[in-house]
Amino acid sequence: MKIAVCIKRVPDTETRIRMGADAAAIDESGVKFVVNPYDEFAVEEALQRREKAGGGEVVVLALGPDAAQETIRGALAMGADRGVLLKADRVPADALAVAKALAAELKDGGWDLVLFGKMAVDDCNHAVGPMVAELLGLPCVTAISKLELEDGKGVAEREIEGGVEVVAFALPAVLTAEKGLNTPRYPALKGIMAAKKKPIESKPAALGEARVTVTALGLPPERKAGRILGEGADVVPELVRLLRTEAKVL
Amino acid sequence: MANVLAVTEQRGGALRKTSREVVWAARQLADAMGGTVDALVLGAPGVEATGFGLGGVGADRVLVAGDASFANYSPCGYAGTAAAVAKAGGYGAVLVSATAAGRDLAPRIAARLDAPLATDVTGVAFADGKVTATRPVYAGKAIQQLTLDAPLAVVSLRPNTFAPGAAAKVGAVSQVPAVTASRVTVREVKAAGQGKLDVAEATVVVSGGRGLKGPEHFALIEKLAQALGGAVGASRAVVDAGWRPHAEQVGQTGKTVSPQLYVAVGISGAIQHLAGMKTAKVIVAINKDKDAPIFQVADYGIVGDLFEIVPRLTEEVAKARAG
Repeated sequence: MKIAVCIKRVPDTETRIRMGADAAAIDESGVKFVVNPYDEFAVEEALQRREKAGGGEVVVLALGPDAAQETIRGALAMGADRGVLLKADRVPADALAVAKALAAELKDGGWDLVLFGKMAVDDCNHAVGPMVAELLGLPCVTAISKLELEDGKGVAEREIEGGVEVVAFALPAVLTAEKGLNTPRYPALKGIMAAKKKPIESKPAALGEARVTVTALGLPPERKAGRILGEGADVVPELVRLLRTEAKVL
Repeated sequence: MANVLAVTEQRGGALRKTSREVVWAARQLADAMGGTVDALVLGAPGVEATGFGLGGVGADRVLVAGDASFANYSPCGYAGTAAAVAKAGGYGAVLVSATAAGRDLAPRIAARLDAPLATDVTGVAFADGKVTATRPVYAGKAIQQLTLDAPLAVVSLRPNTFAPGAAAKVGAVSQVPAVTASRVTVREVKAAGQGKLDVAEATVVVSGGRGLKGPEHFALIEKLAQALGGAVGASRAVVDAGWRPHAEQVGQTGKTVSPQLYVAVGISGAIQHLAGMKTAKVIVAINKDKDAPIFQVADYGIVGDLFEIVPRLTEEVAKARAG
């Protein structure tokens, strides 16, 4: 099994967002960056598939600034074999431009699987994985929570509103991971030490023209301050009255 | 002058509610662009019936691609058909709803058309000859304004955001060829259970957190949700603990919801949870800790023992709704 996993460096989900001096970006000072949580499921799935196949290679790709080397290093500590950093000062808002740069790198790689997280928790696009699949002409199933592979064929399940779609495809394929696909492992000390010696190739991302421009970024309107009605079950009738007469939602 | 293509969605031959939203949004955009609206209906042969009435939300024409392989969502087939129609010319934008299917479909259409994409937008407009979009990022912790610099742009719209109004367009139905080549096949759609409401689509959501102390106590949440006619949600903590399925998780690594009423029970209100539900119209919080962050965003809060408060609330809500 030869598997590529595309990962992204993103602010931790517990980050409090502040605006930067640049009107189109957040203030990154003091922000803790992590691997995109959905990408961890993709890395874990790749490692399990390699282990099950009894061999192969798991290569981790990231498009981003030099600091994304640390993100790649985290995946190497989990057990991936090597990394590729496609260098860009900033990840463009144009998902198709990102997908083209990744597809250019992945093309002719002889991959059995190309894995992504279903979305990045910063720009929440759900787009780069299926775009890469389209650019490479590969089958793609997005947001999968279950996967079975056998004899070059696969069946994946994806959650839809009020149900689950069961999707059949053939390898090679592009899959994007939903939470629940597996339980990502924590890197062991041995893995962290080993990761220091694993190779990370670094080269400029082949980013074309970006046709999506962020013209402004701001904080959402604040909700009005909360109101505590009181303590205990005796306040319930008052709550129900307010929901009916004031909020008009009952 | 450019036209707008609105890609609609049906399931089991029934038009999904978000389709009317996407056609209505297309109408507004087409009026700004000085063009017309074509609504695309994809499904099994005979699916054109789902397109009747789309004139009432602004479709000038309804284009129908019927094929047996389109009964379920066909990722490549729907994308190929939409892209072929869009390529035929005259369009300045393709709009899709950011549903489970639409999130899969929109990037595929954009890639096939080599068009820029804006996803999950809460606003779309046309200014200086370009499509612009407003969308939440960082799970709603910030709002982004985008400009899409191309003659044709693809935009997916956040469900429950574009309330459809009334239009008096013809919505004349015609057939277009279905492009059926597909690299993947949806073999089956398993329903989640009789009448189970999805948390992302429900108008009322009742969510439970660690304050419930154990999965067995979620019956309290289910009963309240039932009394309110809503769906059950869950915090990340209880999903990670395996008490509830991930499909119910509300927050930055779960679903973002904007219901009319959100009731948070035994949820402290971590930043990543608040990001997923802060746009609810009305928020009710029940928690034993009066300093819990959830109370800062709750329109109505009750401090106390949820095991006493929730059954009482279920009872009072049932009474109120019966009366």
